[in-house]
Amino acid sequence: MNPGLVMYEEEFRKISGICDRLTRDASAKVVFLVDKNGQLIAAAGQSQDLDTTSLASLTAGNVAAMGGLAKLIGESEFPSQFHEGAHESIHMSIVGGKVVLVVIFDSKTSLGLVRLRVRKASDELARIFEQLARRQAAPGTPNPLAEITDDDIDNLFSA
Amino acid sequence: MSFINYSSREINCKIVYYGPGLCGKTTNLQYVYARTSPEAKGKMISLATETERTLFFDFLPLSLGEIRGFKTRFHLYTVPGQVFYDASRKLILKGVDGVVFVADSQIERMEANLESVENLRINLSEQGYDLNRIPYVVQYNKRDLPNVATVDELHRLLNPRKVPEFQAVAPTGVGVFDTLKQVAKLVLTELKRGG
Repeated sequence: MNPGLVMYEEEFRKISGICDRLTRDASAKVVFLVDKNGQLIAAAGQSQDLDTTSLASLTAGNVAAMGGLAKLIGESEFPSQFHEGAHESIHMSIVGGKVVLVVIFDSKTSLGLVRLRVRKASDELARIFEQLARRQAAPGTPNPLAEITDDDIDNLFSA
Repeated sequence: MSFINYSSREINCKIVYYGPGLCGKTTNLQYVYARTSPEAKGKMISLATETERTLFFDFLPLSLGEIRGFKTRFHLYTVPGQVFYDASRKLILKGVDGVVFVADSQIERMEANLESVENLRINLSEQGYDLNRIPYVVQYNKRDLPNVATVDELHRLLNPRKVPEFQAVAPTGVGVFDTLKQVAKLVLTELKRGG
């Protein structure tokens, strides 16, 4: 089985910092980062008013569907997409082939500025995810769940 | 693909309900949604056609409690069962940690069940997973209908791996939580093993 993604405190702080800065620099309303399987990794900006779990799942579904379409026409994927609404717009871009950076913004900013800031943030995020992958693959890295016992798992379902 | 976050102390896993069209995958999720306390669940999303057939997926985020200070969260997905939505099914299996196969117990749906298991095997292998190894449970649904195959027969045809299996009547909830608990348990056991 695929070992999955493990997020450590240090990398999480850096990622959150980049998302916070991107929110400010792009004058965006919300920035969030989702893995391609629909798990929310980080959120910044006015995310407390949003159902970020649903947003993450639908983002992943959307990116997966567009990826499927891309392959049908001979592209490997569409690295970014933009959806313009009457009031709010969404920009999504794939970072490091693994995660999706989503920016929600309104008329206070422009698509051009969002794109510019996203490019810079993407490069920084891609480096952190490479670092995470190396850390996870390093020999001797303990399995974070190894200490869990069968009883712990049973207890979860005993209620 | 599980996501373990040390910062927020969370374990997130993905479970996919698979099976032929109209076998009751969405009904399983709807029952879980209806019977789970508001603080343990998120919004259920159904991307469906106007006639309420699943078009892309249903999604239900669920919290199961804590293990050693880690919140365990499960994301439940269904696939569209109809044969021609195969491209969508492949996408939804990406990053899956555990699979529930929902079989329609009616004799006339046996061929559709077999076809769907085979489709699951192929689509999993395209993602690099092996149906013989992935955390997997089988549910024989619609046990309340008159024209159902025997459990022995269903077992023989649909469960050669002899994984945990459950009889169910999804609209009334029979077997629904037993199925979910078992697959969640298998997923966590696999993660503990370092799978």
